[in-house]
Amino acid sequence: MLMFVLKRAGAAVLLAIGTIIIAFLLTSILPGDPTTAMLSERAAGDPAIVAALREKLGLDQPLYVQFFIYLGNLITGDLGTSTQTSRPVLTDLSQFAPASAELALFAAIIAIVLGVGLGVVAALRANGVIDNVLRVVSLGGVSVPVFWLGLIVAALFSTQLRLFPSSGRLDAGQTPPPAITGLFTVDSLLAGDPGLFFQAVSHLVLPAFVLSAPMVGLMLRFSRASVLEVLGNDYVRAATAKGLPAWTVVRRHVLRGALVPVITVLGTAFASLLAGTVLVEQIFAWPGIGSYAYRSASNLDLPSIIGVTLFIALVYVVVNFVTDLLYGIIDPRIRTA
Amino acid sequence: MTLTDIDPKLDADGIPSRHNRWVKRLRLPAAWRRPLGIAGLVIIAFWVLVIIFAPLIAPFDPLAQDSARYLPPSGDHLFGTDGVGRDIFSRVIYGAQISIPIALLLVALSVLVGSTIGAIAGYFGGVVDTVLMRIVDLFFAFPAIILAMAVAAALGPSLVNAVLAIVVVFWPTYARVTRSLVLGLRDSNYIAASRLLGVSSFRALIREVLPNIVGPVLVLATLELGNAILLLSGLSYLGLGAVPPTPEWGAMVSDGARAFYNYWVALFPGIAIFSVVIAFNFLGDVLRDALDPRTAKSVAVVDR
Repeated sequence: MLMFVLKRAGAAVLLAIGTIIIAFLLTSILPGDPTTAMLSERAAGDPAIVAALREKLGLDQPLYVQFFIYLGNLITGDLGTSTQTSRPVLTDLSQFAPASAELALFAAIIAIVLGVGLGVVAALRANGVIDNVLRVVSLGGVSVPVFWLGLIVAALFSTQLRLFPSSGRLDAGQTPPPAITGLFTVDSLLAGDPGLFFQAVSHLVLPAFVLSAPMVGLMLRFSRASVLEVLGNDYVRAATAKGLPAWTVVRRHVLRGALVPVITVLGTAFASLLAGTVLVEQIFAWPGIGSYAYRSASNLDLPSIIGVTLFIALVYVVVNFVTDLLYGIIDPRIRTA
Repeated sequence: MTLTDIDPKLDADGIPSRHNRWVKRLRLPAAWRRPLGIAGLVIIAFWVLVIIFAPLIAPFDPLAQDSARYLPPSGDHLFGTDGVGRDIFSRVIYGAQISIPIALLLVALSVLVGSTIGAIAGYFGGVVDTVLMRIVDLFFAFPAIILAMAVAAALGPSLVNAVLAIVVVFWPTYARVTRSLVLGLRDSNYIAASRLLGVSSFRALIREVLPNIVGPVLVLATLELGNAILLLSGLSYLGLGAVPPTPEWGAMVSDGARAFYNYWVALFPGIAIFSVVIAFNFLGDVLRDALDPRTAKSVAVVDR
C-alpha cells in the first residue's frame, strides 16, 4: 500500500510541476510583451526604460533561468500582482476561494444525489419511457451553455417567481458568520445560527443547480451504464432467483458494485465544477474565483488569469491524487496494477 | 412458404426489387435510425439550411443599428432588438454562419495536430512515445474552459485566437486516440510487409496506417463538434472570443447578461447554441451506443 501511495504521489508531483511549466510558458512565450502593459505609453516608447524594466523582471535572461525565477517566486507564494485589483494574486485567490469551494461543493452534492439517483432509475427501467426521457435530460445537461442557463434561471426563479435570491452569498447588509472554514453554511451552523444557515442555503440553491447541470448529465449517464453492467452479473441474478424483493437486490447487491466506479469520476467532476464557476458565478454576483476570473478575463489581467488557471489545475492534480488513493483503498486490484 | 412470406420486400426470386434497392441505398445506416439520431440530423440539417440561406431568411442586416433599442419580440422583430437597436432574429441567423463553420474548422485543426503527434508517438514508440504522451497527460490536467481561457487571454481577444486556444485544449484527445489506433496497427503483417519492401516510415504511415484510422477519428471528431461550439461560445461570453459587433451567439448572450430585464436579448442566441450542441450530442449518443459493444451487451441483458 505504501508503495502505491508513493508512486501516485510521485506522479502527482510531476504533474504539478508540469502544470507550472505550462503556466510559465503561457506568461512568457506567448506574444505580447509584459512590459508594454506595465509602462505608460510614453515610457514604453523609450528603449532604455524598457530594457531596464526587462532586466529588473529577469526578461533578459535565457528562458530556463526565467523559469527558475518564476518557480522561486511561486514557492514563496508570489503569483504576481493583479493589474485589476493591484493586490498580490495569492491574496485575491485566498479571499475568493472559499466562496467557490462552497458553491462547487453544493453543486457536487446536487449532481451526485440527482445524477446517481436518476441514473439508477434509468438503468432499472432501461429502454423504457422513463429511461428515454432521462437520456434526453442527461444529454440536455451536458449540452446546455451554463452561462445562458444561469441567466434564464435567475430571471425565472428570482426576478419573476421570487422563490430564491439570485445575488451574493447572503442577503444585502447581512453580516457573515465568524470565519472558521470560510463556508458560510458550515460557519453559521458552528456559530449556532440556523436562520443564517437557511439564508446561506437559499442563496446557494440557484447558482448550485445551474453549475451542476452538466455534471448531473454526466453522472446520470455514467451511473446508468455502471448499474446496467452490474445488473448483468450472476450474483444479481442469484439474489433475484432466491426471491429477494427487487428493492433489496438493488440496495444490497447492485448499488454496492455499481457505485465504486462512480467514485472515480467524482474528483474530475469536482474540479470541472470549480472550472465551471468561471461561467456561472458572475451571473449570481457570487464573490468567488469564478467572478474574479471573469473580471480578469474581461480586463485582460494576465497575472490573475494565470493565477486562477494554476490554482484550479493544482486543485485538479490534488483531487485526482486523492481519488486514486480512495479507489486503491476500495478496490485492492488497483494497487497491484 | 415462399420468400415473400419471410420478407415482403423481396420479390419471388429473393432478390430486392429495383425500388427497394434504391430505398435501401438512400436509407440511413441502421445505427442512426433511432429517434434521437434522427432528431439530431434534422436539427443539424435545419441549421445547414439556415447557414446557406441566411441572406434570404434574415429580414435585417445583422450589423445595422436602425431600430429602437430593446424592442420586445413582435411581428417586425421576431426576437426583439438589442441594446443598440439591431434585429436579434437576423443576428441569430447570421450567428450560425460563424459558430458552426468555425467549430468545424477548429475540430479539423485539432484532429490534424493531435493525430499527427499521436501517429508519430504510436508508430515510433520508445522515448518519442513516452515524451509525447507525458506532454499529452499534462494538457489533461487542466479543465478545458480554464486552459482555453488562459491561452485566449494571453494571445489577446479575437475569434482567431479563441480558435487557437480551443485547438490547444482539444488536440490531446486526438493524439491519445490516434496513438492507440496506430499501436494496434503497427505490428500487423501488412505494415511489416510494406516495410520489408523498403517503404519509408513516413510513406508507411500515410499509405498503410492513415486509411485505417480515418474512420474512428472522424467519428470522434463529430462527437466533439458540440463541445467545440459550447467552448467557443463560452470564450466569447467571457469576452475572449468574437469581438463586437460580430454576431456570435456566446457574445450575444453576454450582451443579454448586461440587460437583465430584457430577457429576449440572451434567450434566443442561447437557444440557438443549445439546439446545435444537443443535436450533435444526440448523434454522438446514438453512435456511441452503436459502436460500443459493452452497451450493446448490457442492453441485451436487460432486454431478456
